[in-house]
Amino acid sequence: MDFFFDALIVGSGLAGLRAALEIPADYKVGLISKVFPTRSHSGAAQGGIGAALGNEEPDSWEWHMYDTVKGGDYLTDQDAAETLASDAPRAVYELEHMGVPFNRTAEGKIAQRAFGGHTRDFGEGPVKRACYAADRTGRVVLDTLYGKALEKKVHIFSEYYMLDLIFSQRKAVGAVVYELATGNVHAVWSKTILIATGGYGRVFKTNSNCFTNTGDGVYFCFRNGIPLEDMEFVQFHPTGIYPLGVLLSEAARGEGGVLINGLGTRFMPEYAPTLQDLAPRDVVSRAISTEIRAGRGINGGDYVHLDLTHLGASRIEEKLSDISSFARIYLGIDSTSQPIPVTPTCHYMMGGIPTDLNGRVVGLDGSVITGLYAAGESACVSVHGANRLGTNSLLDLVVFGRRAGKAISEDSKGLESPQPIEGSAVDVVEKIRRIKNSKGKKAAGIRAGMQQAMTDTCSVFRNKEDMEKGLDEIRRIKGDYQSVSIDNKGDKFNTDLLEAMELESLLGLAEVILVSALNRTESRGAHYREDYPERDDQNWLKHSLATSSPDGPAISFKPVKITRFEPKARKF
Amino acid sequence: MKVTLRIYRFDPSVDEAPYYRNYAIEAEPHERVLDCLNRIKWEHDGTLSYRMSCAHGVCGSDAMKINGRCALACQKLVRDCEADLILVEPLPAFTVLKDLIVDLTPFFEKVDFIRPYLIAGEPPEKERLQSPEDRNKMGESIRCILCACCTAACPVANENETFLGPAPLVQAFRRIFDSRDIERVERLQQLNVENGVWACLNHYECTRVCPKEIPVTKYINTTKREIKRVFGPTQEKKDTSA
Repeated sequence: MDFFFDALIVGSGLAGLRAALEIPADYKVGLISKVFPTRSHSGAAQGGIGAALGNEEPDSWEWHMYDTVKGGDYLTDQDAAETLASDAPRAVYELEHMGVPFNRTAEGKIAQRAFGGHTRDFGEGPVKRACYAADRTGRVVLDTLYGKALEKKVHIFSEYYMLDLIFSQRKAVGAVVYELATGNVHAVWSKTILIATGGYGRVFKTNSNCFTNTGDGVYFCFRNGIPLEDMEFVQFHPTGIYPLGVLLSEAARGEGGVLINGLGTRFMPEYAPTLQDLAPRDVVSRAISTEIRAGRGINGGDYVHLDLTHLGASRIEEKLSDISSFARIYLGIDSTSQPIPVTPTCHYMMGGIPTDLNGRVVGLDGSVITGLYAAGESACVSVHGANRLGTNSLLDLVVFGRRAGKAISEDSKGLESPQPIEGSAVDVVEKIRRIKNSKGKKAAGIRAGMQQAMTDTCSVFRNKEDMEKGLDEIRRIKGDYQSVSIDNKGDKFNTDLLEAMELESLLGLAEVILVSALNRTESRGAHYREDYPERDDQNWLKHSLATSSPDGPAISFKPVKITRFEPKARKF
Repeated sequence: MKVTLRIYRFDPSVDEAPYYRNYAIEAEPHERVLDCLNRIKWEHDGTLSYRMSCAHGVCGSDAMKINGRCALACQKLVRDCEADLILVEPLPAFTVLKDLIVDLTPFFEKVDFIRPYLIAGEPPEKERLQSPEDRNKMGESIRCILCACCTAACPVANENETFLGPAPLVQAFRRIFDSRDIERVERLQQLNVENGVWACLNHYECTRVCPKEIPVTKYINTTKREIKRVFGPTQEKKDTSA
């Protein structure tokens, strides 16, 4: 069956929903999602959304912009950081107007708390900038935008999977879509398509991501010749519950929690004398991994402790109740009286589909791809540079999701409805048939091999030798994938099949991450090379672009936009 | 340790009737029931279907009946199952589509019915002010993840499919007690019907199973009291819970 839209939005997290809300009601909008919208991974964001409201203490958006640029180790495009930080107060007030139940100050304003890397006076000390609703900020923002989408009667197709993008003469014109309930394959034609499919932390073994975060939209762009930007920059969040990887928000440290090593010592002051436990995530993750490598994990093991016991039960209950319940449910730990074992967990992808400030996807030659847009974690504006600050992802979603929605509204007016192209779904249908008939290895085993290889060779610490091994391994595993097989040959709710299809995206992106990381022979932000431990602005103050070629991802570069802040040594 | 999961299986397009199948697997006591399901699906039987996403009790996808009780498979640990045999079944009160996947359409329609969004007038330039006391009147209702455990566990909802059900009532509570909302009275009126709040008979099953520990029954009773306060004591005769 063929569907026709003015705008097709792929992904129902905050970026997709916010864009949908921006598109006028007389446009035909279709929003497809692998899951019911409130199941989207934006809902797992805990700590807050950054905006210089100054409700708790003086703040300015220029400080927020500076922190975003410095936090990103100067790889951040400064025009994007300026847009993000200067638009942040408006974006947060808008969320409040839509109904987000923020915590409040005594005067009834939106409450704010400290978060990693957010400072006053250009780095002088921590500032309370994170607007929050307890430690479930992402979830209540997601619920709120979903409610608004209902009110607006946005047409949502839940449990529909995009399996390919369709291009015609360098224009994006449609997508091949799989309906989970029936197994039917549909062609969807649209004047404009927004990729808002989120991240792909599932390429790593230990991660904080949901199972649906497999990077399909990003990979389909890559497969169709669109470059991917800064893919070597993978954020490892310092405090994943050991050994599950489930996220414990930075808000725990924003509220005063501290990290303790196996000697019972607070170690962050050694690594970041000013911000200490509230240094940016790359700094804290490296510090934890360094302590563990030096044998100073708890009992010499591969984790440290996050200690909240001095905060008091009422503060934990009021502001950190979800994370204290995670500790209780998964570890049987009462966080008011016992420290929580934590270790870095793959959390966020700074890289992605290159876009301009309005979500328009930019090709290798620097020109816009007609009809194609990206926003959120799947996109690279680049507003996070080499390391994203906490609270800037929710902000990115609503600021740039809205801008993409505006651009789509404007551009759709001048575009013709695409003509259906006969046979567009043939490749997908053939691939499904092949997988169902194959007798090769099962998807789960192949996926586990990939996750282990990525975690072993391309995590917090990286070097040439390990990553070359990793790349060989991923390429060998891609060979296995050619004959991937499944048990379930049926049509209804065949999640076995979908997991096998998603694995192609994960494997493709794992290779892009490794090639990009091998290529960058310096250390910057989240990308730390043991064999090149220094930042090298002379040679590497530039974005990487990885483009598909017959020999694997090919690397080229584009300049970083520097407006207000010249690169300086990064001290916290 | 060895555990056996006894799992409800049903593909209505193939099977004449549902059946149960046992899967004996190795599992650690600290692992989640969801980890066990994944092990079965990934290593033993890929034909098993269930929903999952975040795997830590935030998204609400993997609600099912575990040893007779509605719960999230990602929040239930093997060591908490208190038996070597773990019985896994789909949520009751809904139509089974395949194995552990049920049709939640009627559930979401009831959530939509209560208008789960803020209705307020023109906003000021900055945020609307709301005192911490007013903010706290919404209580734990903002924790609801729409997993449907409460509705599936509710004896009334299992008998009466026109009952609005606990989760939509929690969603309504959230807006009624949000001081910013201007349609409080209309919202209360909408619930002031036989199959609204008054169908609740205080079985407390919703409260017992809620994976986010929301005091669901208490909030329904608070709403009943608010209806009586706003519309007068004549409403009491509609209350069959007395």
